Amino acid sequence: MAERLLEVSGLSTHFFTHAGVVKAVNGVSFTLDRQETLGIVGESGSGKTVTALSVMRLVPDPPGKIVAGTIDLRGRDLPAISEEEMRQVRGNDIAMIFQDPMTSLNPVYRVGDQIAEAVMLHQDKGKKEAWSMAAELLRRVGIPDAKHRVTQYPHEFSGGMRQRAMIAMAISCNPDILIADEPTTALDVTIQAQIIEVVIEMQQQYHSGVILITHDLGVVAEMSDKVMVMYGGRTVEYGPVDEIFYNAHHPYTWGLLGSLPRLDLAEKTRLTPIRGNPPDLMLLPEGCPFSGRCGYERPQCRDAWPQLEIVGPEHGVHCHIPVDERLARRAELPRFPAQVS
Amino acid sequence: MSLLEISGLKKHFPIKTGVLRRTTGHVYAVDGVSLAIEQGETLGLVGESGCGKSTAARCVLRLLEATGGTVTYDGIDVMQASRSQMQRLRRDMQIVFQDPYSSLNPRMRVRDIIAEPLRIHQIGTEDERKRRVMSLLETVGLNAEHGERYPHEFSGGQRQRVGVARALALNPHFIVCDEPVSALDVSIRAQMINLLDDLQDELGLTYLFIAHDLSVVKHISDRVAVMYLGKIVEIAGSDVLYDRPQHPYTEALLSAVPIPDPRTERSRQRIILEGDVPSPADPPSGCVFHPRCPRAQEVCTTAMPPLESTGGDAGEGHLVACCFATRYPGGAPDAAAADAPPDDTSSAGRRDASSA
Repeated sequence: MAERLLEVSGLSTHFFTHAGVVKAVNGVSFTLDRQETLGIVGESGSGKTVTALSVMRLVPDPPGKIVAGTIDLRGRDLPAISEEEMRQVRGNDIAMIFQDPMTSLNPVYRVGDQIAEAVMLHQDKGKKEAWSMAAELLRRVGIPDAKHRVTQYPHEFSGGMRQRAMIAMAISCNPDILIADEPTTALDVTIQAQIIEVVIEMQQQYHSGVILITHDLGVVAEMSDKVMVMYGGRTVEYGPVDEIFYNAHHPYTWGLLGSLPRLDLAEKTRLTPIRGNPPDLMLLPEGCPFSGRCGYERPQCRDAWPQLEIVGPEHGVHCHIPVDERLARRAELPRFPAQVS
Repeated sequence: MSLLEISGLKKHFPIKTGVLRRTTGHVYAVDGVSLAIEQGETLGLVGESGCGKSTAARCVLRLLEATGGTVTYDGIDVMQASRSQMQRLRRDMQIVFQDPYSSLNPRMRVRDIIAEPLRIHQIGTEDERKRRVMSLLETVGLNAEHGERYPHEFSGGQRQRVGVARALALNPHFIVCDEPVSALDVSIRAQMINLLDDLQDELGLTYLFIAHDLSVVKHISDRVAVMYLGKIVEIAGSDVLYDRPQHPYTEALLSAVPIPDPRTERSRQRIILEGDVPSPADPPSGCVFHPRCPRAQEVCTTAMPPLESTGGDAGEGHLVACCFATRYPGGAPDAAAADAPPDDTSSAGRRDASSA
């Protein structure tokens, strides 16, 4: 039994704006074990990033607030601890890599300064030692000539190298949990492949648990052990990666998989997109946020959020459609991967 | 004859420094691109950021003046076309831009945005234009009420539909789609791809489809050209290119794309290229790809190989610019070395040595 690092349960984060309450995250639960990778997928506005920021307690307050739920980090409930303690948790226990390496590094400090700063904040190390650690970390994430590079400024780095520097900073304090928020979205595919490689290597070296936030199901298939699919602030489906890709139960997950052009298939099957447009987070229904775009909707869908239904090993889904009908509907889909491959 | 013929297209941007703005160098954004696009087909153009895909497309439409080369559209030399010729060409050649947020004027109503090309080219009466806008809105899956709104009231996918409607307004035959789906979410992206597919069937359009997402390009294109640092390194029918890539860059590019299928992913071997794309202001000598190429030899540093057919059974349309291109005589990559002509055995041998 792997060591449980994180257990999030019933997390709700809302933003109280002048125009109304935005329920960005609504009753989300998941767990993360040591050396495990959890992929959180969903489209823009589905609440992926806010979920991660809530775990880090980095949601800007006001207007954001964690209104319900527990975040259990090996026995400590993060929403309840003091800001002082939380600052120790960040970096030491949980570190985060952001999407845009261009804006998340400070342009007026040398790369070495920024990594050394993280080291000195969290570890009892002098400046000189921290700097040599920074160079060592850069070397470890695959930056050639690290001794020289560490004295350069972010603008002298390419996009891929900046993301490597961000990873170096994140692993500098040997965190148990690494949250990667769209770490490769801004990068070209050949550079993306390099960065994925580095993240996997670092995970193996440091035995971290990784939370990978992305909209790219290819990256999820490559890296994740289990997957959480989010829509409109809710978890619609959750399970081991193979269950999600080959035995998906939620119509939204089907929609995502059917929308993808596939590089590995010779025949050109027409894509089956999800109809309609993403929901307005201000006007989400009480029930399932996907109602309206679903296509298999029934009256109760708009009014009540369905209970969690276990449909396989560690595989849960929130959907009002009875399971038999769900499987029958799925069998009718033209582009469900289980049938294609 | 092809609808569009591009030959030796070059675009070099001067780098100016100092108070006197003296030219101290050039960015070789597009450096000798030759292509032909047939009536009714979709040619995909892929490559990483900064490889010159968009610049090439803009030169074709003469939104940028090319430094050299020729572009012939339907028998007319686009580079030398007179003002009046150009005006006619512009009706026939349109573009859909990547970013639906910045390519629509935020102060104009959608109906005015779509009618603008008609107004500029003085087509129809006010009434006819109105009717045309209505039918265009319907064509792209919006309704009449949407025409009264402003761009900020739309989601990204809807805005991109407006951009397509505007491009269609003048009944063009040829449309450059410059990363039209890159800014969109997965489910919306699929709607857009299907829309572009349908429009091509209904209206007989010819597309030059630019994207960095290889799976999207494969899905939509008949033929695909791969660009690297201002040059085309390989071009082939889309299925052939994806099944049997010959250029080492194409192979690496394809292998870098994660496939949304966990079982396939677990069994896949990945070629990971080292380093970054070099600066187009200071491109490497010889073959532009040689500093990152796993097969590079001495000869690669001296001359850029021409884009030519390597023979084999891949057909005449499969062109590649590489001295050590992968060959598939028997269909299997392993058979390549054994079946290669005698003058190639040395290179095949060296290739094995370098990959070991």
